[in-house]
Amino acid sequence: MSAKIKRQMLFIFCGGGKILDSLLEIDNLRTQFFTSGGTVMAVDGVSYDVQEGETVAVVGESGCGKSVTALSIMRLIPDPPGKTVGGRIRFMGKDLLSLDDESMRQIRGRNIAMVFQEPMTSLNPVLTIGRQISETLETHLGISEEEQQKRAEELLDMVGIADGKRRLKQYPHHLSGGMRQRVMIALALACEPKLIIADEPTTALDVTIQAQILELMKDLTHRLGVALIVITHNLGVVARYANKVNVMYAGKIVEKGTAHQVYYNPRHPYTLGLLSSVPRMDQARGQKLVPIFGQPPDLTRLGVECAFRPRCRFAIDRCSREIPPLENFADGQQAACWRMHEIDDLKKETL
Amino acid sequence: MSTASRKASSSPAGSSPPGGQDALLEVRHLKKYFPVTEGIFIQTEIAQVKAVDDVSFKIYRGETLGMVGESGCGKTTTGRCILHLETPTEGEIFYNGINLTKLDRKSLNRMREQIQVIFQDPYSSLNPRMKIGEIISEPMRVHQIETDKKKRNRRVHELLETCGLSAKMADRYPHEMSGGQRQRVGIARALSMRPEFIVCDEAVSALDVSIQAQVINLLEDLRDEFNLTYLFIAHDLSVVRHLCHRVAVMYLGKMVELSECDDLYENPTHPYTQALLSAIPVPDPKVEDAREHQVLKGEIPSPINPPSGCVFHPRCPKAVQNCSRQIPELREIKPGHWVACDEVSAPSIR
Repeated sequence: MSAKIKRQMLFIFCGGGKILDSLLEIDNLRTQFFTSGGTVMAVDGVSYDVQEGETVAVVGESGCGKSVTALSIMRLIPDPPGKTVGGRIRFMGKDLLSLDDESMRQIRGRNIAMVFQEPMTSLNPVLTIGRQISETLETHLGISEEEQQKRAEELLDMVGIADGKRRLKQYPHHLSGGMRQRVMIALALACEPKLIIADEPTTALDVTIQAQILELMKDLTHRLGVALIVITHNLGVVARYANKVNVMYAGKIVEKGTAHQVYYNPRHPYTLGLLSSVPRMDQARGQKLVPIFGQPPDLTRLGVECAFRPRCRFAIDRCSREIPPLENFADGQQAACWRMHEIDDLKKETL
Repeated sequence: MSTASRKASSSPAGSSPPGGQDALLEVRHLKKYFPVTEGIFIQTEIAQVKAVDDVSFKIYRGETLGMVGESGCGKTTTGRCILHLETPTEGEIFYNGINLTKLDRKSLNRMREQIQVIFQDPYSSLNPRMKIGEIISEPMRVHQIETDKKKRNRRVHELLETCGLSAKMADRYPHEMSGGQRQRVGIARALSMRPEFIVCDEAVSALDVSIQAQVINLLEDLRDEFNLTYLFIAHDLSVVRHLCHRVAVMYLGKMVELSECDDLYENPTHPYTQALLSAIPVPDPKVEDAREHQVLKGEIPSPINPPSGCVFHPRCPKAVQNCSRQIPELREIKPGHWVACDEVSAPSIR
């Protein structure tokens, strides 16, 4: 807790004190994929804000639309079959969705950077590490070759890769998975962006390496004041690193709040289910997990009902007739459930 | 469970454990080296990958032994050696007192009925051209357990229902199913032989959280119902704590710690186990804020040229000079708790 307060105080001292607009505002974003099997509502009315320097987590299971939201922000949705059909994304006062391709290209990598899940496939295998970093520097900053080299070495040093000079001449296949992810982070930081979107940055890595990378990202984002969106399915990572949490299910945010609100006082049955289905390392053996029964819905066949209703233990008639909107609960916590005020009693009844 | 009161034998692979516990499976000094070759026509061996390097342990009847570690630690190779999908370079594997490494092909095939496996990837471990019913009944057909087709089909339907699927699924193909359902098919196939022992190789790792919990519960229920013994290979220590009675921690082909489950998590003794546990985030913000996070430096070395002495010493925060010279033996620091580190002495209570 104290670390978080310190962080906030630091933020205020560093000029965050005056009320600024959010760094990023996503408002009612809708991205769909038009396939032969029907229209996939991958992202269906997602809204969230990111303030300068804060870490926001987006959690959910495969296919809930968390990555598509990120790609929509970067305007990297392959079209066709995908298309962002509605909503607004404001970044530093600019509406990203109405920018022309050239202006968008200048923001991508310069102001918003991305770290992908697979360090194996997101680096170019036929270019040296140095070339890949200096390419970004050249495109966005237009600095001389010498300066590029110097900056690239600096960046590698910053992400904890020793012997930068030699490493810059190496190709991605010379490096281990953890090293490659460090290079990805160096690339993301190259132009001192305001926002980094990390899409499952550590899922492909081993546990001890995962801890290294997460600590590195936490440290660097705090030191450089970069805002971070972490997309993950790992509830432990969220608990350790995020200030704010958005829980997604079937293309919608079903609950949002601070990490404490969401973990200790979940308002949506899905969040509750998710938390009770994770086995915990600090819990003695023998406690039965309470899984969520059934499977996530087919995103091409979402009816006018709460998408979670078929799996919900607390569903009532209303849930199958009206889609619950994301509404305020208290202190900035929001949930999309008709029964969010009753959930504590319901929880007791079933246990 | 009786595991807590289980007294340890004189060695992790000792001959007879006290307390009437009988070991279903015993692995003694297992080694598996893979050759690294060079050349196209004339292949010469230039090095060896020491995937598993002198590992001994026992699995008692009815217990679940968790085997954890990071990539390249040899946990999967150990499992494959037990299944005889790999021939061990050295060492012995006893199942029910029978030495599997000495068996001829025919008797080995008969043993295979009793030892089954559930693989990690539910997408690649089911033949996409076979119907679910065929997939599940194939082992029974091959081992001629049930020669009558009708009876076989009835058994398939039974198995599907045991694993929480509808009997109608028998006519479907794997691509029509979700990851969780496929993993259930994999489990049904393993159960079709009425085995005593199942090697679960990362059986729940590829699944989403809510589906993972369903499969974990299924594995637990089946264990109780059919009195199964599992070797549960996983990298997710949270799942292992939930499911296993005892846990073995592997690092670079060596077993570094072996202990009763709760004891390992509460009193991790080997520096690697300590770092590993500290690296895993717990889904609880307050706990996370209060916990100390120990981050290991460096990367996992290559098993081709493992470090001398204790394989963990280059990354170990507690390493002393002697660690790079002497290979630490697995020794018992308190009943049932084995550690391969010379620097830890009496039970350290943290």
